[in-house]
Amino acid sequence: MAETETAVDRAALTEFLLRMGDNSLILGHRLSEWCGKSPVLEEDIALANLALDLIGQTQMWLGLAGEVEGKGRSADDFAYLRDASGFRNLLLVERPNGDFGQTLMRQFLFDVWHHEMLSRLVRSSDARVAEIAGKAIKEVAYHLERSADLVVRLGDGTAESHRRMQDALDDCWPYTGEMFIADDHDRAVAAAGIAPDPSDLKDTWEATVTEVLRQATLHKPEHGYAQKGGKRGIHTEHLGFILAEMQFLQRAYPGATW
Amino acid sequence: MSSVSSSPYPDTPEPKEKTKRSEWPLWEIFIRGQHGLNHRHVGSLHAPDAEMAIRNARDVYTRRNEGVSIWAVKSDHIAASSPSEKGPLFEPSNSKVYRHPSFFDIPDEVGHM
Repeated sequence: MAETETAVDRAALTEFLLRMGDNSLILGHRLSEWCGKSPVLEEDIALANLALDLIGQTQMWLGLAGEVEGKGRSADDFAYLRDASGFRNLLLVERPNGDFGQTLMRQFLFDVWHHEMLSRLVRSSDARVAEIAGKAIKEVAYHLERSADLVVRLGDGTAESHRRMQDALDDCWPYTGEMFIADDHDRAVAAAGIAPDPSDLKDTWEATVTEVLRQATLHKPEHGYAQKGGKRGIHTEHLGFILAEMQFLQRAYPGATW
Repeated sequence: MSSVSSSPYPDTPEPKEKTKRSEWPLWEIFIRGQHGLNHRHVGSLHAPDAEMAIRNARDVYTRRNEGVSIWAVKSDHIAASSPSEKGPLFEPSNSKVYRHPSFFDIPDEVGHM
């Protein structure tokens, strides 16, 4: 452990861990908003399971982030006591749920990236990172199988489901580019062999997404414009509303437990 | 009691047009547990086809690591005995105690059977 921490800037590693944890925290929270409102009972339970998987992964990533940072912050402190500018999640995961198609498309585009990322992280030079990835990848493999299957069913479904899925794809697309843009922190952890360079994930992501969209008879947008900023703490207005709901209790009653 | 009404509300006239929202078919779910040899019925759920039924069963019924194998059977493929025939079907065996293997002396050497 000591070698990895000297080999890589502590701040860069903390930053990387916060990005992993915040992606699963914010997406997990978004999914939990469906609880009790999904189109069918079975889907309601499936989405809640997904949300719980992601929140579980959040605890591991943010817990390790606190350990590496070394300032005594816990996973809960990170989740409940940071302002929007402290969050490092991709803009994609804070996109509003929209209709079921939008939720599903957002999930699929993220799952493909998430699975590819974790499959690299299981070989991380940092044993703690590899261990978390090893646990998470089993869950995420199922998430991907499920979301890819539903994207094909609904894309290649009725005229209305096709239209909704295409709209969702067009809406989410500009938010996918951010997943592959590397900054100095990314390059530092990549150089230490802890995580892949984000740009290396693009080809496999593109190949899987292209194939699933082809089966789903959906048209992949051509433009490559990328909305970005989430990884640096510059967020869309949506994150503020998520945090207002998620953090209210701890902010209003600091230290409250039950 | 021979007439069977298809509607749970016999006094309410059936709607002229079919309702637009069509329900997915019902499936019965059977799961073989960690240590069990047999698949056991655990409940039912709705799904558009067999593949989705198994996926949904995974999410609805195996959240706590209950199973190693899932069967899904369309509910309308299950033939069931009618509760009103309970008497003729099952009661005659009540008086036939000799059908239970309880009249044998098991030699001690055999041990636990």
